[in-house]
This record gives sequence, structure tokens and C-alpha cells, in this order.
Amino acid sequence: MNADPRQALATPAEATEAPESGPVDLAAEFRDAGIGEVLDALDRDLVGLEPVKRRVREIAALLLVDRVRQRRGLSSTPPSLHMSFTGNPGTGKTTVAMRMAEILQRLGFCRRGHVVAVTRDDLVGQYIGHTAPKTKDVLKRAMGGVLFIDEAYYLYRPENERDYGQEAIEILLQVMENQRDDLVVILAGYADRMERFFESNPGMKSRIAHHVDFPDYSDDELSEIGDRMLAQWNYRFDDDGRRAFAEYVALRRAKPGFANARSIRNALDRMRLRQALRLFECGEVVDESALTTIVEADVRASRHFQEEAAAGDRPG
Amino acid sequence: MRITQGAFSFLPDLTDQQIGKQVEYCLEQGWAVALEYTDDPHPRNTYWQMWGLPMFDLRDPAGVVQELNACRDANPEHYIRINAFDSTKGWESVRLSFIVQRPSDEPGFRLNREEGAGRNLRYTLDSYAVRRSPEGQRYAR
Amino acid sequence: MGAPEANTQITDPSKRYHAGVLKYAQMGYWNPDYEPKDTDVLAVFRITPQEGVDPIEAAAAVAGESSTATWTVVWTDRLTACDMYRAKAYRVEPVPGQEGQYFCWVAYDLDLFEEGSIANLTASIIGNVFSFKPLKAARLEDMRLPVAYIKTFRGPPTGIVVERERLEKYGRPLLGATMKPKLGLSGKNYGRVVYEALRGGLDFTKDDENINSQPFMHWRDRFLYCMEGVNQAAAQTGEIKGHYLNITAGTMEEMYRRAEFARELGSCIVMVDLIIGWTAIQSISNWCRENDMILHMHRAGHGTYTRQKSHGVSFRVIAKWLRLAGVDHLHAGTAVGKLEGDPNTVQGFYNVCREMVTKQDFQRGILFEQDWASTKRVLPVASGGIHAGQMHQLLDLFGDDVVLQFGGGTIGHPMGIQAGAQANRVALETMVLARNEGRDIINEGPEILSDAAKWCQPLRAALDTWGEITFNYASTDTSDFVPTPSVA
Repeated sequence: MNADPRQALATPAEATEAPESGPVDLAAEFRDAGIGEVLDALDRDLVGLEPVKRRVREIAALLLVDRVRQRRGLSSTPPSLHMSFTGNPGTGKTTVAMRMAEILQRLGFCRRGHVVAVTRDDLVGQYIGHTAPKTKDVLKRAMGGVLFIDEAYYLYRPENERDYGQEAIEILLQVMENQRDDLVVILAGYADRMERFFESNPGMKSRIAHHVDFPDYSDDELSEIGDRMLAQWNYRFDDDGRRAFAEYVALRRAKPGFANARSIRNALDRMRLRQALRLFECGEVVDESALTTIVEADVRASRHFQEEAAAGDRPG
Repeated sequence: MRITQGAFSFLPDLTDQQIGKQVEYCLEQGWAVALEYTDDPHPRNTYWQMWGLPMFDLRDPAGVVQELNACRDANPEHYIRINAFDSTKGWESVRLSFIVQRPSDEPGFRLNREEGAGRNLRYTLDSYAVRRSPEGQRYAR
Repeated sequence: MGAPEANTQITDPSKRYHAGVLKYAQMGYWNPDYEPKDTDVLAVFRITPQEGVDPIEAAAAVAGESSTATWTVVWTDRLTACDMYRAKAYRVEPVPGQEGQYFCWVAYDLDLFEEGSIANLTASIIGNVFSFKPLKAARLEDMRLPVAYIKTFRGPPTGIVVERERLEKYGRPLLGATMKPKLGLSGKNYGRVVYEALRGGLDFTKDDENINSQPFMHWRDRFLYCMEGVNQAAAQTGEIKGHYLNITAGTMEEMYRRAEFARELGSCIVMVDLIIGWTAIQSISNWCRENDMILHMHRAGHGTYTRQKSHGVSFRVIAKWLRLAGVDHLHAGTAVGKLEGDPNTVQGFYNVCREMVTKQDFQRGILFEQDWASTKRVLPVASGGIHAGQMHQLLDLFGDDVVLQFGGGTIGHPMGIQAGAQANRVALETMVLARNEGRDIINEGPEILSDAAKWCQPLRAALDTWGEITFNYASTDTSDFVPTPSVA
């Protein structure tokens, strides 16, 4: 019988072998791990986000080098991989988290590569004794992958001293520290609130190794995102529609509740509705081109244009 | 004696790494894994104590091993087994069960024979550990 | 194939029912346009017509002789809805690669059969036709039983799921052994073998088919000593153990008497032989259901009609009938042991026993999809000339839901029966563990076993004794269909 059966779950077989030596071909490592494909896909599929893409590339390179160093016995502790993704809503944080999980899996830092996305409600209970099982259940489901906590700062509610969020934070901290091999945590949310959260929770701050800032998209980028979304659904703008949509983007940004790509998606959904109604009510036989085209009228019927017009009419 | 219930009792006690691989197999089959513990290992004791609910929707065995270690810490001298449940129609039952912890000393069972008419015998099994102490104090370290 | 008119049904009643002899096809037993109904009982026969007999006429004769026909025209047919009662041969095809043999498909209306009676089904389907002169040989290859008919049977009294729950044994094949020698041991000596084998690590031990109540061992002695062995072994291992007490006897009354005594002694399982007959099997199955008893079926005698490919009844059909009649364990072959069995064909038998819907699978000899309508699963038993050194092959062929019975491979172990049982159990658990870990057990099997033998001396001795034994004879009951790459 084994004296101590409690060995680490994921002890790599190589750990017992002699460390390798001699020069290393990092390009080959990069190729063999298949990271290039993921990074290229990230470049290709996501509009803009240049600083984010650069950060992801840096992190991938760091991990790749770390993997080689571990094999050679040059570093012994597994790297801390927990991250914070800060930025306004709709700036691609969840999408990038999925790609990041894939990169971590290909590099062998994450066994399954799945993402479990949660918010405060999934972690924190309503009464005493409810929070620990809830948080542990989520942690168990996320093991081997990435736990993505959206608007993580809501876990901490200093105004309510009996808030159970603190309990969830403590359980999280413990797992983030002790089970680095099993789980990567990504905290996501607005930059300023995250900063205040970290100020009040230095333990959390110290365990986050990588901070990635997600800038807002420019108007041109949002227009391009709109084009790509439509193409995915087999729609397109005609030229007037596209010009109107560019105007729409500029208008929408100035309004409250603007959420970058998410606002674009919602707007397109409404424009598809209006297109459908227009085709339905025209009473004519429609061809395929009509079925797939969003025209200027579909765009300009938006409430934001109406409000603009109303404001312009107001005596000044 | 060594109680040989469960799928792997004739092998040396499984390491956590080996346990993890069996759990991984269960998760790949889509089975929910559960932990149970007892200090009454009578073969007809169907209902061991549940250590929490069966764990649904897991992707990786790490969570199970974490619970197993918590269960071991709380019950260092109990039997602990891992059960895997299959909810597929026509099965809807345990599909794999194996012991992952046993007490340091296993006194086993006494065979009681009650002689009846003719040469008839009625047999019952009686656990020495259960007979000597109440629940929770049966396998003192 | 004969002139078209000779094979066409005569529909004009004045000609059809004119006294005399007509061809079966003319009487309406051949209908190539017939579309089988979901509620029809379907059968495929392999027939070898005599020289000069048209295969279509032969197929029509099979349909006729297994349903309403007699050799000549009878006017009394006209008092009935005879078109419905007539079985219809609807398809005839040459058997691939077998000169002179044909598969013929026959459909029977559901109303031809009494509910819940295998005796009635078999009296129809195999009652007359196998002795019919125009056929050199005939074999019932497969049947499709409609759900409506299936639902008139109660099926296995226990089934795989409940048996495992009762035994608290999951995730691995069960292990058994037949007590040897078959004849001559006294009750006391016999019980010793039971105890040693169960104590060593087996789940079940088994009476052989011809152990009943002979001069050397009265049945009550056997029962009493076997149960002493079972209970001792249970106490010393903390596991539920069992011995298949063979209750086969000359009369039903005597079988019930023996079954009752087995129950009184606390046995969890009893056993009967196939030769007791369909009615007795259904009766004892009912008794088992009422008494929470697992029913083990030893297929003694089946080889007289299942083995030859040209004549008889395929075991897959016997297995279907037994699943309906209601047995929990069924010997279904080993593929690697000393008894007949091609691996594909044997896997087909296992699928018939264990699946909730048996898919059409020509390579494994399954000609029809069979929906079992939630009839419980039968646990197949692999027994006969198998040993621990084949564990990887057995596990790969049959999976977890099987009883592996190593009689000689346990009792003949050089270090004794307990050591033999231990060797088998260690080999089994090692192989299941390795398979679950994702190892390629078919190729790494021998290495996995010899690694375990490093710490398990009895396994080392078993591998040294039997490691090289194989029974590589050509099977007679093989598949007629070779796998071809599928288009899909």
C-alpha cells in the first residue's frame, strides 16, 4: 500500500525524467503547441483590440518560455495564471477569455480548456451556510478550465457587513492559491470598479498575475463589427444603409447604456425586425437580394435618429 | 481482513492520481460522481452517508479529489467509496463503485448460524466494529 | 426461378379451392409485394431446397408449413379469413458464398400467436417445417418480434441493473466458476470447492448442468453445504456471494420444492437447464420474480440445433426467446474458449441479451432491428476454456456486463483454488482499471497482466500455467456477411 496516496493529481510524467539541456527551438515549440493558430484566429476574428491582442501574445510567449524552463528545471513553481480583464461592456472580454482558455490548454496549463462564466448570483447564497456549497459547486465545475467571473467586484459589498460575498471571496482565494494547476480565474468588469475592488481586497490583487485592458471600439471598428455580424447571419447593408449605420454608431455612442459590440448586436436585431416587417407589408413578391439586405430606412427608423431629429427641431 | 467490496479492492490502494483517472473515465461517460462514507460496511448496508450531493456537470476530476480529501479529513477512519451514476434510460443506476479509503484496522464480520429443523441453517453476518461501538466511534485510530 | 405464373397466387376462388394439390406459391404463401407491418412477427430462414426445387416455391412452403397450410387444398379455409392467417414469404435471396442456400423472409400476422407463450410461438415457427421433405435443410436465422407481442411477456425476473444493485457490484464483469469434477464429489467435498473459490475472490460459483440429485450427492446435501460455503466466504470478504443452485429436476413439482429450499437457505440465485423446456422455464421465471431470485440459465443441449449452419435454429433466436421467457443469466459463448463461437457472431448474441434496441448488424448476424420495449437486460455468461491470460480479450469483446466463468482456470490452479480465484480477480480488476485509464488493452494486455503478476504470485502462476493456451479451431457458426466500407 502507498504510504501517502495524496499525490498531486496532475503530476506530469516528465517530472521524474532528467531535465533536458542544449539549445531550444522556440519557434518549433510554438508551432507544435498550435498556439499560432489560436493567435491568428484571434487576430482574424476580432476587430480592433490591438492592445489586447498584444497582451495575449505576450502572455502566450511567457507561458511558452516558462514551459521550456520548467522542463529544464529552471523554474519550479507553476506560474500564476489568474487574470483580470477590464473594460466597458461589449468590448470582447468573454470572447477573449474563451481564446485564452484554448491557449492555456494547448500549452498544457489547463487540462480541459472550457470556460465556466458566472456572476455574483452563481456564487453567493441568500442565507447562512448557502454560499460555501454554491461557490464550491461552481469551482468544481470549472476545475480543469477557466472560471470567468463577470462584474467580480459585486462579490464585495462593504456597505453590508453581513454580506455573504466575503465568504465566496475567501473560498476563491484559497483555491486560486492552492490549486493553480486545476483552475484559472479571470475577473472581469469595469476598470474603475475593479481598481476599487482590488484596493479593498489586496489578497485578490496579489494573486492576479495578468491585467488586460479592453479599450472601447472606435466608430469604424464598430461599423466593421456590424458588417461581420450581418455576414454571419447572411445579411448585408446596401451602400446607403451602411452610411446610415455609420451615423447611427456615432449617435449611439453618445447615448446612455452604450455597450460597444453588444449595442451593435442589439441594434442589428432591431433592424432585422424592421426589415422583415417592411418586406411583409410591401405586399410584393420579394427576391433573395431583398431578403438579405438591410436598407437605409431600416436603419433610420431607429429611435436614436428620431430623438436627434426632435432635438434639432426644438426652437433654439 | 480486507473488505473486498467495490471494483478495485483486490489491487493495492489507489493513489489520488489513479483515482483521478477513474473519475475522468466516469466523467467521459457522462456519469455523475458521488462520495459516500460509512463505519458500517455490512454488505447489505446499501445506504452509506452521502458526502454532499452527486457532482453533476463536472469536466475534470480535480473537484472530486478536492471533495474526497475534505471527506477524508472529516472521516479519517471511515470507509469512503466513489459511486458513478448513469442517468441514461434503461440504466439509471450506479455504473462504477470503488473504495477509496478504509480504516487502518478492519476486524470484519462474524458469521452467525441459527440451527433450524432438519439440518436447516439461517445465516446472518454481524460486524465486529458495529457490535463494539456506536456510530462514529467504531474504528478509532 | 420457375415460370412466373407458377409462383403467382391464384385469386379466382373456383380455381384456388378446387380439390387437389397446388404449389404453395399459388396458394398465396409467396407475395413479393408484401410490405411487412410493424405488428408482424418476421423470420428469416436459411433454406437448402432439394435438387430441382424452385427456391421461391420452397420459401412459400416454409411460410405455408409454419402457418396455415397442409399439403393439399382444403375447402375449410373458406370458412376463415385465411388471407390474414397465411404467412407470407416476401423475399428470397441467395446466401452470399453458399451454393444452393437461400435466405427467405417470412411475415406472420400477430393474431397467429397466443400472448405470453414461447411454447406457442415455437410450435408455429419451428413446429413442422424443419422436417419438410422438399428442403434438404432449414435454419431459423433471426426473428423480429413486434413490440405488441414483446409486451405480453414479463421478461427477466431481475435484469442486469437490479442484479447489480442487489449484489452491490458495479463497473466490472462478475466472476464465476463451475465446480469440478462434474460428477462424484460428495456434498461436503463439493461445498469445500465452493467456499475456496468464493473466498479467493469469485462472485459466483455454479453447479454444472448435470448436477441434480445423483447417488453420490443428494440435492439437499448439495444445497446445505454450498450455502455454508457461500456464507462463510461472505463473512470473510464482506462481499455478497452466490452459488447457482441447479434446481433442474424431473417434474415441475420437484423443481419448485428445490427452489423453495434454496430460498429458505438464503440463496440469491437458482439455476435451470435449457432442456427443461419453454413452459417450465416460463413457470420457474414467474416463481423467481415472486421470490426475488436471480435465474441462471445453462443452455444445455442447445448445440444439437444451434451449431450447424445449414440446419436448426440460430442461438440468437434462442436468446431472444429466452429473454422473453425470462431468464437473468444466459450462457452465450466466449469466442476465445474451448466451445464453438465466432467473435462477431457471439457479440451478436450478447447484443441480443443486453441492448434495449438491438440494431440491424449483418456482420454480427443480426438481420432485424429489435426494439425490446424496456424488457430487462439478460446478463450473458462466458464459460468454457477461458483463463486469466485472456482477460484483455474478454473485456474488449464483452465489456463490463458479463459473467466470466473460469472453472478449470480457478480450480486447476497449481497453488490451490483460492489462489486461482485471486489470480482471476486481480487480472480482472487490473484490466478494468487499465481500460478506464485509457490504455489500449488489446495490445498492452499481456504487459498489463505481467506487471500485475509482479506483485501477485498467484497471477504469475496462472499466466505461467495457461498463458499460451488457445483454442484456434475454425468456427462453424460464422457470419455470412463480411464488413464492407460503409458509404455514410
